[in-house]
This record gives sequence, structure tokens and C-alpha cells, in this order.
Amino acid sequence: MTTTDLTDDSIIRFVRGVRLQHDRVRERWIIQAPERAFIPDPIAAEVLKLVDGTRTLGQIVSELATRFAAPVDVIGHDVHVMVSDLITRQVLVA
Amino acid sequence: MTETILSPMSLLAELTHRCPLQCPYCSNPIALEPRRNELPTQDWISVLDQAAEMGVLQVHFSGGEPMSRPDLPDLIRHAVGLGLYTNLITSGVLLNEKTFPALVEAGLDHVQLSFQDIDTANAEHVGGMKGAQARKMEAARLVVADGMPLTLNFVIYRENAARVPQMLEAAVEMGARRVEIAHTQYYGWGLANRAALMPTAQQLEQTTQAVEAAREKYTGRLAIDYVTPDYYADRPKPCMGGWGRRFINISPSGRVLPCHAAETIPNVAFPDVRHDTLAHIWRDSPLFTMFRGTDWMPQPCRSCDQREKDWGGCRCQALALAGDAAATDPVCSRAPDHERVVRVLETLPAEPPPFRYRRYTRATDEVG
Repeated sequence: MTTTDLTDDSIIRFVRGVRLQHDRVRERWIIQAPERAFIPDPIAAEVLKLVDGTRTLGQIVSELATRFAAPVDVIGHDVHVMVSDLITRQVLVA
Repeated sequence: MTETILSPMSLLAELTHRCPLQCPYCSNPIALEPRRNELPTQDWISVLDQAAEMGVLQVHFSGGEPMSRPDLPDLIRHAVGLGLYTNLITSGVLLNEKTFPALVEAGLDHVQLSFQDIDTANAEHVGGMKGAQARKMEAARLVVADGMPLTLNFVIYRENAARVPQMLEAAVEMGARRVEIAHTQYYGWGLANRAALMPTAQQLEQTTQAVEAAREKYTGRLAIDYVTPDYYADRPKPCMGGWGRRFINISPSGRVLPCHAAETIPNVAFPDVRHDTLAHIWRDSPLFTMFRGTDWMPQPCRSCDQREKDWGGCRCQALALAGDAAATDPVCSRAPDHERVVRVLETLPAEPPPFRYRRYTRATDEVG
């Protein structure tokens, strides 16, 4: 599936071999991936914490909208762009 | 000035120097460690425990051929239990349907599989093993069929540089997620074979163009890591991200090193996991502190605006080319010894000389 096919009904998963992990020594979240570790920005970390292989993109957006008391359409756009980018970077798959 | 000591991110566990292949650019030292000197399983388990405690995030099981060690699945399982990301760096010639399931079951996260070339005849000439290419192709098939992420590693040198486009195409066909197009680094065996391996400036330009074209063509399907031969650069590479900043290498016999070539550094004791803790070695050993940060730097590094970007380049290269591990890396155009690098490139032979293959000397041990 390409990023242009991404919809609110798309179930978002981590690609096999990629995971979000808490780095307790440095007290931050990291993305563990083949031969590299990325540091997600704080917003990306909040999104990735909701990626569990069962939630859809729409459900992730609505949970974030509730948690941060923000409009769904604003958050929805930003999350869509972020998830698309992480699909291109082989972190997530839809 | 007191240097900030960061926690290490990455551990390269060189489980053995034994390997069925004999590649003349091998990153192992010229003096290979015989089997009888290899750390036993329980020492590696302790290394993994200590590394995780210190903040290491990823462990790369390497060699030699790490699959020569029958305890590899146990070490992977232990590392996975500690939350470490586990990577197997392998030639693939021992990875088959009998051996792979135990690695999957242990929780291995990723495989990096090396190829000597995409052309079978030349690949087997360089690796020195008949039938290796078919075994590697089968290894790639098994990893991809399992769904585990696969990175292919192609070391680039004079004879295979023209085939980078075919390597990249093959990587996509084989289902690899990542590929490393890595020009030979000239240490140890690579340095001994430099005249046979070093590409021309024109070849380097062609490989760079092939990589750029493929990055565009395969966006989102294949990530390409590209490593150039720094002899052609104006500025040195930030070797290991800086000495003693991110990276720990453990040799098969338990020596703790800031990089895999550091055993060439003279006049310093090599710390050993059998005699000291990893944390103490990392923080305080003379080997790890001698080139950490910027205090050790000579001019022009000391006052250079790049000093905390490239960290003075590579200490082993400074030793190999300038005869002094504390010199500015001679690949830097500002280095007093830069002329030596220029001379190497200007005097490349028209015909590459024969390889000096990676082998144990008779006095040490057999290849197993």
C-alpha cells in the first residue's frame, strides 16, 4: 500500500523489525530500527505510543484530539502527514 | 576541560574471527584470534548484561562469521530479554533451513547479509569459497520469507564498482529493505590490499551517481546507505561518531575497543572484559580516554570549526598513514600529512596486483 491510499480506516502497524522503546538510561522514547535508533519528537512519540496494530488512523487521531483537547481536523491533518512520512521511511505500514 | 562522557549506544560483539570466507578487505585485524582464545558463553552473557545496564540500545553480532558459534541463538535470546535490538552481521554461508529457525525463535530482529559482488564468479574469487553465492541467495530468501528485515551489504572495490546498479536492482528483487553500498575502508586487510582494491576517482563518481539514481527510483521500497572511500574526501569521516562516544567493540578474546581496528594503536594497554567491568573500561581506561573529546587534538584540529563534527577523523587511519595515532587524519585537506593520501591516489597501479587473502597464519590456528 502506498501513502496516498492512507485513510481514516487504515490500521497502522510498525514494520517488522521496528519498535518504539523507552530508553530508561537516557529517559526518552526511541524508535529501534535496523542498524539505527531514531529519537522521535515529542508529538511523534505520542502518536507512536498509540500504534498497536489494532487502532485505525482515525482512532489514533480521535484519541489524541480528546487527550490534548484539540480539533480533530487540525490534528488529523498533522498526523496523516506524519504517518505518511513514517511509512515512506519504513517505520510504519498501513 | 572535562569531557562529557556519554553512554554508549551500540555494541559490536565480534564473537569469533573464524570464517569460511577469506575476503581481502576484511575488517578484522591481520592477527586473527584463534578459537582457543574466544570468550566462553557466560562471559558474553555478562557483556550483554553490562552493556544493557550502561544504555546500549543495539547489539551487532559479528565476526568472523558469528554463525560459527553454536551458542549464537542463546546469546541472541539473552540480548532480546534485555530489550536490546539484535542484529546479525553474517556472510550467510552457514544460514540455511536447518540453522535459521533457532535464530528466529530466539527473537533476532534483523539480518545484515554481505555479498562480495553480484557477479558470482568474481564474488567467489574474492571470498575464496566455491558455491558461496548460491548459499547467500538461499539465506536471503529464508530471511525475507520469514518477514524479518534484511539489509544487504556490498563492499565496493575496483573490480566490482561498475556493477553497483545491478547490485541495487538485485537488492530490490531479493526483497531487501535496506542495502549498504560501502566502499572498502582501508584498515588491516583492506590496507594490505589497498593497491588492488582502491577505485579510481571516475569509478567513485559512477558509483555515487548510481546510488543517487536508485534512491530516487526506489524511494520507500529500499533504503540505501552509501559509504565512500574517504581518501577522496576533503574532510575526514567522524569515525565511530567520535572515539569513546557511542560505540564499543568487543574482540573474540574479550578485548574492549573503541573501534574494530584499534588493536593497531601502540603503547597502550587493551582493556579486557575478563579483568574489569565494561562501565569502568568505558569511563576510565587509558585506551578509551586517550582520544575522547577534543583535548588530545593537535593543530589544525584543535582550532578547527569541524572539531566536534568529525572529531579529528580516524585515529587508526592517522596511525596507518602518518605513523602517529594522535595526528590529524591525513585524508583531511588541512592535515600536514595530506600529501601522503594524494600520493597513494596518484600512484594507483594500472593493473591491480593479486590479493593477499585473509587467512590465519600457520602459527595461530585453522580457519574453521
